[in-house]
Amino acid sequence: MSKFDARIPAGPISEKWTRFKQNMKLVNPANKRKHTIIVVGTGLAGAAAAASLAELGYNVKAFCIQDSARRAHSIAAQGGINAAKNYAGDGDSIYRLFYDTVKGGDYRAREANVYRLAETSVDIIDQCVAQGVPFAREYGGLLDNRSFGGAQLSRTFYARGQTGQQLLLGAYGALNKTINAGQVQMYARHEILDVVVIDGKARGIICRNLVTGEYERHSGSAVLLCTGGYGNVFYLSTNAKNSNVTAAWKAYKKGALFGNPCFTQIHPTCIPVSGDYQSKLTLMSESLRNDGRVWVPKKKEDCQKHPNQISEEDRDYFLERRYPSFGNLVPRDVASRNAKYVCDEGRGVGETGLAVYLDFADSIKRLGKHTIEERYGNLFEMYERITGENPYEVPMRIYPAVHYTMGGLWVDYSLMTTVPGLFALGEANFSDHGANRLGASALMQGLADGYFVAPYTVTDYIASNPLETINESHPAFDEAEKESSERIQKLLNIKGKKTVLEYHRELGKIMWDQVGMSRNKVGLEQAIKDIQALREDFWKNVYVPGEANTMNKSLEFANRVADFLELGELMARDALYREESCGGHFREEYQTEDGEALRNDEDYAYVSMWEYKGDHVEPDLHKESLVFENVKLTQRSYK
Amino acid sequence: MSHDNMTIHLRVWRQSGPNAKGNFEQYTLDTVNPHMSFLEMLDVLNERLTKEGQVPVEFDHDCREGICGSCGVVINGTAHGPQQRTASCQLHMRHYKDGDAITIEPWRAKAFPIVRDLVVDRTAFDRIQEAGGYVSVKTGSAPDAHAVPIGKEVADEAFDYAACIGCGACVAACPNASASLFTAAKISQLALLPQGQPERKRRVVAMVDQMKVEGFGDCSNHGECEAVCPKGISIAGIAKMRREYFKAILTGK
Ligand SMILES: Cc1cc2nc3c(=O)[nH]c(=O)nc-3n(C[C@H](O)[C@H](O)[C@H](O)COP(=O)(O)OP(=O)(O)OC[C@H]3O[C@@H](n4cnc5c(N)ncnc54)[C@H](O)[C@@H]3O)c2cc1C
Ligand code: FES
Repeated sequence: MSKFDARIPAGPISEKWTRFKQNMKLVNPANKRKHTIIVVGTGLAGAAAAASLAELGYNVKAFCIQDSARRAHSIAAQGGINAAKNYAGDGDSIYRLFYDTVKGGDYRAREANVYRLAETSVDIIDQCVAQGVPFAREYGGLLDNRSFGGAQLSRTFYARGQTGQQLLLGAYGALNKTINAGQVQMYARHEILDVVVIDGKARGIICRNLVTGEYERHSGSAVLLCTGGYGNVFYLSTNAKNSNVTAAWKAYKKGALFGNPCFTQIHPTCIPVSGDYQSKLTLMSESLRNDGRVWVPKKKEDCQKHPNQISEEDRDYFLERRYPSFGNLVPRDVASRNAKYVCDEGRGVGETGLAVYLDFADSIKRLGKHTIEERYGNLFEMYERITGENPYEVPMRIYPAVHYTMGGLWVDYSLMTTVPGLFALGEANFSDHGANRLGASALMQGLADGYFVAPYTVTDYIASNPLETINESHPAFDEAEKESSERIQKLLNIKGKKTVLEYHRELGKIMWDQVGMSRNKVGLEQAIKDIQALREDFWKNVYVPGEANTMNKSLEFANRVADFLELGELMARDALYREESCGGHFREEYQTEDGEALRNDEDYAYVSMWEYKGDHVEPDLHKESLVFENVKLTQRSYK
Repeated sequence: MSHDNMTIHLRVWRQSGPNAKGNFEQYTLDTVNPHMSFLEMLDVLNERLTKEGQVPVEFDHDCREGICGSCGVVINGTAHGPQQRTASCQLHMRHYKDGDAITIEPWRAKAFPIVRDLVVDRTAFDRIQEAGGYVSVKTGSAPDAHAVPIGKEVADEAFDYAACIGCGACVAACPNASASLFTAAKISQLALLPQGQPERKRRVVAMVDQMKVEGFGDCSNHGECEAVCPKGISIAGIAKMRREYFKAILTGK
């Protein structure tokens, strides 16, 4: 059993959060101003948390890598945000959203956290509408909802195909309001390089000013990492180019346990890779699967034909065929794996053979071009811009791509890591999605964590702990700054032969081939060795141009890739130890006769929690056993 | 679809710091694939410069799909280049042909000082938003989302303005380096929605005043901003902002 306690409040699941709020300790309003809270990241989680904590009266410092808080990766989310409002009157409820999220996560998430997420989801929509977020509406003036991958209810709120943008701009507005009021100090173009731990508590950060290269120290009563996901460990992903793991990784090295690192979501509907110059992949929102039909030719010989010349009976609508009740709306992991299978069989389309069709011809016939344009116009435009093809006339070509990481820093019910005072919010934590995230649930989680959870739990922490002011000249800051600056200098001093990009691409290939959509023991063991060798070579042979005391993005990337080279190994190790298939984690050795994921609840209904033990030592594995009292474990079936 | 690699001649603005003197450098790339994005072409250039021991060209980018507003360069004299409603990161090299010459410059405006090469400081935009670009609603105090219905047409129009990505192309394209389109977008979005009403007057005055403080020029109706805007924000917003501003001044904020 784990010595780490998730500190879940007692009582029935529907009362836990209320009880927590009733029993939490409070901070005297006059004292709040004396506490500085450091919020790293200004995506949905960070911007919402910074604004809400500032409103409560804390002194907040917020940091982000981009030149403006508004540009955080959350801005790119397209499809929508779930909430159990039951505005569609189709029988939705908090319990159903909770149930679907636990089931969708293949029973590898913590019930209590997921329930709270479903509970707060309704407040999120109220909050965002009040901020002026222009959600889609019906002619009668009420909010429009749609159903999203894996859900049989219409509970997804959206703002055209730019939901993340609108939600983030809402949170950015809230942040701006508090900046204007002098409650938040914003540090854009700043990158956190280390977390400072004093007497076992997180008390500050070291960051680098990305314009001048100067190191800065900031102390506080609590540090919130809202730094997003680590999908870029695969090099190619749908994540923004600056998305990285550095802050979370440094936290791991300072004693925060890393939860379920191998749980990665591979999204089924992305634009396929077109060449080796490819720098990132573009997601086509999965809302497209509501009206698009996925198919490949039945016969290999047809694969290079023009799709419109392939007759109906020669098409294999493989999702509809294999999953008659969910059809094209099966969860992401199932849709992705099936696309991989048909391509592995040699029935993939496009120049590389690594793509399947997503066809709107039937919907256009049924609903008219206008309706399709209204629903997906900007996505179709985006597709055409990238591929040069018109999806109103030719089916889209899509292929799975790395999209989201369910794993992240392990947190307790309060979203606190195993380092007291160090919290993790949003995609950066492992918390709510188990082994697979449902569509439109990340935005919900980021905002729930930021607006509605952290303000309470951080307050409870501050009220419960003596936190005398820490001086930034404390030796722990000296040491952390020294380590950070030495590492930056070391990267510049190697002056080897290979570029950072070359290393990142190689790492990405290892990860995609061995730690991607489908994994096995031999491959994972090989991946661990390969990553170790690549890492060693990196530190001997990388070439980082430029200097430390100017803007130098090559240097920024080098520092992030160095951390990815360590994280990748932990992901492979986690995947190796989890000898079952669940959600996005598919181990070839563990599958049912018809090729579906085979879970092992007896031995693996736990969260893996990895503890750092040193650079050349294997990390320790701890386990948080998952107890399911409110849902019955079933084999997921979307047939 | 052609796969033949193209040769492209680049002239790129290089400037080592805010106070340094800048100049154009010439580079020729002979392996430009038509399916590459414009920024991927710059990646290829930077890989080459790195391999040659030179310092790569700094440019801002993040989402590479036209939504974060990080990227933005002037391409052959046009902000974000030749394709309408397309941010620099969404531009693809298939719009160029073998042997083309491309000049790449940063946004140029007094209120956007150059940081390095193609990177500029756009924090003035943030300060305009901080002055009032929001509805002051505290977390947790919102009424039910259905308490106030909003007609679809109004919501859609508000969305059209809310779509601004804050890239700064409007400023770069404007002969006066005015930030009017950017500022008007937020003002128009919130002026249209019921939620924006209580602070309507205060907002427009605060934001317009801040825009002046930041050193952006006045709008003289050139319309260049609308033409280069990757999100197609309508210049009608600027007229709306003016009306809002005078109404607020005349009736007292
Ligand atoms: C293309 C795409 C579409 C998506 N669509 C949807 C959707 O429709 N619905 C849905 O629910 N989810 C969607 N998602 C997922 C969702 O967008 C993300 O999971 C979510 O936005 C993450 O928010 P966040 O606040 O946790 O982190 P992010 O938005 O990633 O923000 C991270 C922040 O941390 C900062 N940061 C990181 N490291 C450091 C450091 N070391 N120092 C300083 N700052 C740092 C960054 O600058 C940034 O401000 C989508 C994701 C992608 C990629
Ligand atoms: S990089 Fe995000 S808009 Fe171009």
